[in-house]
Amino acid sequence: MKYAHLIWSNLKRKKVRTTLTFLSILIAFILFGYMVAIKTAFDMGVSVVGEDRLVVRHKVSIVQLLPESYEARMEDLEGVAEATHATWFGGVYQRPSNFFAQMPVKPEEYMAMYPEFILPEEQMDAWLSTRTGAIAGRATAERFGWEVGDRIPIQATIWLRQGGEQTWEFDLVGIYDGAEQATDTTQFLFRYDYFDEARQMGRGAIGWYLVRVDDPDRAAQVADAIDAEFANSPAETSAETEMAFIQGFAKQVGNIGAIMVGVLSAVFFTILLVAGNTMAQAVRERLNEIGVLKAIGFTDGQVLGMVLAESCLLALLGGVVGLLIVWYLISLGDPTGGALPIFFIPPGAFTIGVAMAAGLGLLAGIFPALQASRLRVADALRRD
Amino acid sequence: MRWLSQVSSITLFNLRSMLQRKGSAAAAIFGIAGVVLVFVAVLSIAQGFRYAMTASGREDTAIVLRSGASSEMMSGLGREETRIVAETAGVARSSQGQVASPELFVIIDLPKRSTNTSANVPLRGVEEPAFEVRDGLQIIEGRNFAWGRNEVIVGVGAAREFSGLDLGGSIEVGGEQWAIVGIFEDGGGISESEVWTDARLLQSSYRRGDSFQSVYAKLDSVDSFGEFQDELSTDPRVNVTATRQTDYYSEQSTMVTAIITGLGTLIAVLMGFGAIIGAFNTMYTAVSSRTREIATLRALGFKAGPIVVSVLIESVVLAVIGGFVGGTLAYVIFDGFRAATINFQSFSQVAFTFSVTPTLLIQGAILAAFIGLIGGLVPAIHAARLPVAAALRQV
Repeated sequence: MKYAHLIWSNLKRKKVRTTLTFLSILIAFILFGYMVAIKTAFDMGVSVVGEDRLVVRHKVSIVQLLPESYEARMEDLEGVAEATHATWFGGVYQRPSNFFAQMPVKPEEYMAMYPEFILPEEQMDAWLSTRTGAIAGRATAERFGWEVGDRIPIQATIWLRQGGEQTWEFDLVGIYDGAEQATDTTQFLFRYDYFDEARQMGRGAIGWYLVRVDDPDRAAQVADAIDAEFANSPAETSAETEMAFIQGFAKQVGNIGAIMVGVLSAVFFTILLVAGNTMAQAVRERLNEIGVLKAIGFTDGQVLGMVLAESCLLALLGGVVGLLIVWYLISLGDPTGGALPIFFIPPGAFTIGVAMAAGLGLLAGIFPALQASRLRVADALRRD
Repeated sequence: MRWLSQVSSITLFNLRSMLQRKGSAAAAIFGIAGVVLVFVAVLSIAQGFRYAMTASGREDTAIVLRSGASSEMMSGLGREETRIVAETAGVARSSQGQVASPELFVIIDLPKRSTNTSANVPLRGVEEPAFEVRDGLQIIEGRNFAWGRNEVIVGVGAAREFSGLDLGGSIEVGGEQWAIVGIFEDGGGISESEVWTDARLLQSSYRRGDSFQSVYAKLDSVDSFGEFQDELSTDPRVNVTATRQTDYYSEQSTMVTAIITGLGTLIAVLMGFGAIIGAFNTMYTAVSSRTREIATLRALGFKAGPIVVSVLIESVVLAVIGGFVGGTLAYVIFDGFRAATINFQSFSQVAFTFSVTPTLLIQGAILAAFIGLIGGLVPAIHAARLPVAAALRQV
């Protein structure tokens, strides 16, 4: 530690170069943060879904409806703890680009199915006692500045009201939070009983079922049993774990996310390469000074340590500040204006980021440091 | 004139001595090439997607959906309604009658070839007028499906991206096998991502009764749209909205394009900062290694202005070389790259190819020049402000 002053002086020696190196490392780590967030967004939070949930949809495709009556039949099957359903409403709030998921659900069953949606008890009571009541996730409520008590008009695109009326109005009675950062808090949920009674067509038909199994290890067997139960009926089903379902959907987006992440990683490593090269250059330039240090009694090990400490300090400073900045930037929201339902940096990525910054410092420092420590004093002093 | 000749002589001198500084010059070129590569690549994705969505859109064609529906998937029209739409003023006529095509649009699950995971592939049921409305559609392999038989034709994009869509094969829809008898092309447009078949068979297979989702109507002329729209909206028998096909497709592509360009711009801006720092670093080194030369020039009577300009020119030249390298790389790697993604608005897959257009390359070059200019500015001013006597004394 007593050499801290010396290390700091070395960094201050060429202020412009040190500042520029610092800034480019900082930018590299801001890019790294975005890269991780984009990857998380395109994976659609696959890592956090409940392992004991199945999604059951129409075999032909998710847009085909299933009869409401399947719920009771599923709950009779062995291994099924409970079942509930949801339907894609697909309405428009103000303009089509204000996209978020809206679904009519059975409040108690749905919230029991998703314990990670946290709704204050009095808001849940209000929802159960208000027929036109709806709840929204925190992200969506903040996006549009909604507060409990607001009336939210939504234009139907699929589900007209009886008499062909297009506008549905809902009373916002609650705002739910996510138990984890990866929980989707963009959904807008309203009551199925109200929806079913007021819709013009398709009464008794729902979009998909959510099923909780008793034992996650037997999820595959239960899924097969559900499909077998409805085989050869007019509406055959396809059951799979929620994870497989979301993965399947994420794959539908295709390789665009992968291409972006690939390009970003290439850029990230290029910037690190250039920064590392500059840092190494800074040490090579003053080999004769290092010779002086050794001449006045610094050991090989001390010289090695000092050079390494210098490059690690710069890399870590740039890396940590960059990570802090990107953490702040990303907490402001996603750059597409709300089109990505989840956009955040998983906590583990910060550790990886710091480790990479340290790795950069070590790699950039190790070769000049070795060179410096092996340097013969006479050679070094004769330079220039 | 003197001023210009000063600028040109210093600039030439700088550029000729560039080889001696090839390390730092290469780093700057490399950095800027990277920025331009990413910038052009990401925008080429958005460009390609937009092209696929809009290529088949025509000004003189209208698409009619139930009021409130924002895509075909959400719409629903009875046979009677489609007949009323076809008879509305403004619809073109041919020897077969009105050129208006009622169409059924559903989605089937097929695995993607690239990942083998299931994807929403659009399946369109059509009647005869569909081929008149889309007169650019051509069967390039096999033949058209026969009316009244379980046969389908497949767009080239769909055939490329999804497994099982090979000529001579078959797909299962509604519990029946449908033979694939032809592959078609439609000018790179959205229909190329679709599978087509006879609407009547599809209706019965999906238990849809005699219903459709949309009507594609060819108009007398581009200008008849207003008349067509007015008459439809005042007709009490139907509750539908007409949109020009071009507007409909560009509306349909907004969300995916917003995601791609939003992320792409963000990345390019961040990288731009990185590259400005890189250029700044290079020019700063270039200037500081030539402190004495610059001071000598000043002592000989060269003015500060030409020195600033010449440093800027050097920086911009490096940047433009970088931009050219990046643009070329982007073109070589990404132009024509094929992909498919889901369009959230229609909830179905769109096959498209990345497209590096001349406009994108020009934008990339402008970006590069801009980075060079900003990155060179401070070092240039620094060079011009050097105190002559002190600089000459420097070792």
